[in-house]
Amino acid sequence: MKKLLHVLFAPGFFTNASVGHAVLVGAVVAIISGVVGVFVVIRGQSYLGHALGDFGATGASATFLFGLATLWGFLGAGVISGAGSDVLGHGHRRRGRDVTTGVIHALVMGIGALLLYFDTTMTNVTGAPETILFGSIFVFDPSLVPVVVVLGVLTLLFLLILYRPLLLSSLDADLAKARGIPVRWVSFFFMCCMAMAVAQSSLVIGALLSTALLIGPAATAVRLTKRTSLAMVWSATIGIAATWLGILLAYDSYDWPPVGRGWPVSFFVTSLILLFYLVSRFRLRHPLTVARETQTESRRKEAIRHEYSVERHS
Amino acid sequence: MMEITQRGSHGDVLTLKDVHVQFHNRLVLQHIEFAIQPGEFVGLIGPNGAGKTTLLKVILGLLTPNRGSVTVDGLPVKHGNPLVGYVPQKIHLEPDTPLRARDLVALGLDGHRWGIPLPSRSRREKVDEVLRAVDALDFADAPVGRLSGGEQQRLLIAQALLTQPKLLLLDEPLSNLDIRSAHEVVRLVSSIAQNQGIAVLLVAHDMNPLLGVMDKIVYLAAGNAAIGTVDEVVQNEVLSRLYGYDVEVIRVRGRILVVGGNNEVSTDLLQPTQHLDSMGGATD
Repeated sequence: MKKLLHVLFAPGFFTNASVGHAVLVGAVVAIISGVVGVFVVIRGQSYLGHALGDFGATGASATFLFGLATLWGFLGAGVISGAGSDVLGHGHRRRGRDVTTGVIHALVMGIGALLLYFDTTMTNVTGAPETILFGSIFVFDPSLVPVVVVLGVLTLLFLLILYRPLLLSSLDADLAKARGIPVRWVSFFFMCCMAMAVAQSSLVIGALLSTALLIGPAATAVRLTKRTSLAMVWSATIGIAATWLGILLAYDSYDWPPVGRGWPVSFFVTSLILLFYLVSRFRLRHPLTVARETQTESRRKEAIRHEYSVERHS
Repeated sequence: MMEITQRGSHGDVLTLKDVHVQFHNRLVLQHIEFAIQPGEFVGLIGPNGAGKTTLLKVILGLLTPNRGSVTVDGLPVKHGNPLVGYVPQKIHLEPDTPLRARDLVALGLDGHRWGIPLPSRSRREKVDEVLRAVDALDFADAPVGRLSGGEQQRLLIAQALLTQPKLLLLDEPLSNLDIRSAHEVVRLVSSIAQNQGIAVLLVAHDMNPLLGVMDKIVYLAAGNAAIGTVDEVVQNEVLSRLYGYDVEVIRVRGRILVVGGNNEVSTDLLQPTQHLDSMGGATD
């Protein structure tokens, strides 16, 4: 029994301080990304979500160069370039919006490449590209843990305040405008929430894979429920499950070949998210639900048939 | 603008006086003047590019006219006015959008408020009441993205009714529907106007589905408008003056066709290319 537990939880998992921080930060990040992600999916802004991660990476590369915490680089660059995309893409439909995001994306990535080059050639810190692009949850600076928790709570509160106008704007901008909602500002503030969520998940699984935590759990959640609020809860739960399991597996992998190195957390987290998504795609529907849907459908058809026959006879 | 019927200035729900709208030195609407009374079903009819959407935006307070005044219930228009219920043309939703029909409708009640909605009995009762009014209780808990165009249209009407409006604006509600669903929507809107005394302004490019139910028609062509009953407005002389050249109205089997030069025929309107192309951008 004890041996089995040791296989599941490698010795030291529950006492290691780094693991403790990783579990806490991972949960905060998963909740924020999951909740924000539901709106990203509803609004069809997955591409901007991905680009925000790369924008943040450029910012993080800059802060690395000056020896600051990468969190601020991720956040600053994400919000600034996200705002740029929002302003330039305004008034365009989805295609135009994606094109403007793409143009800015390319530019910022180019600058990022230059900064990463400086990071590796001009500083003594090793592994800058790996840390920025693929995350570093186990070497997370403990003094930043409260910062992440506070930022996470603020982002969540902000999004809950935006909730109804954001939902209405996402469904139909004209309808929202007619109701007196400042659609322009709502869209901008939501972009800020996205940048916050992406910046924080970049810390855990890295800039390149932050999209996975933003889109994956939300895309799975919308298949599980027909209610927006429940989708947010499901999405956060799936995100937490993937992150915690990923942390556990990454910790255990220190004993896997090559022994003593450990596999990256991001590999496990993204694989688990994909696994959840696939299960939701091919999930068997509850037999009762199927029966009820078939019944309603046949009732509706019967009603239509009846009405037509009445019309014909009259 | 030709004023054909007498109208009382007291108790009008909607009053437009001498409205002009200009985009980049191009006159999109000129001298639009009409009024709608409580419970009246008015069709706003005209070809594409005639300025229908622009006029709707003016009434919603989303666009300020260059000249003239628009009042709803005696007060100047403003956007977000609960007295005006707005039904957009169509909402584009993915089938897996996590939103039930009743959630969409509830946004009509408090979608403009900040924060998350708190469930309450009165909120639920209000939503159920309008769902019943549009005969949508059967699919109230279904995901909106999986419903048909006609069902979605009924939900959009329901959400517009929740603020207890005096004026209901519908932007081309019939253009995406099959004949049967269109007929149902017209019947529904007509009964709302009659039973609840709500004034209805329904935008359409084809007047035929509305012939039996319209109290009045506002015909819009090339930025000009005429108001009156269908028999008064849909006349060769009146429409020719709106379009700015000769058109002929043909009544056949209870349907009305408007025929213009170059042998062009349409169910309702003609497409005078040289005029309409220049109006094309007006609705954007």
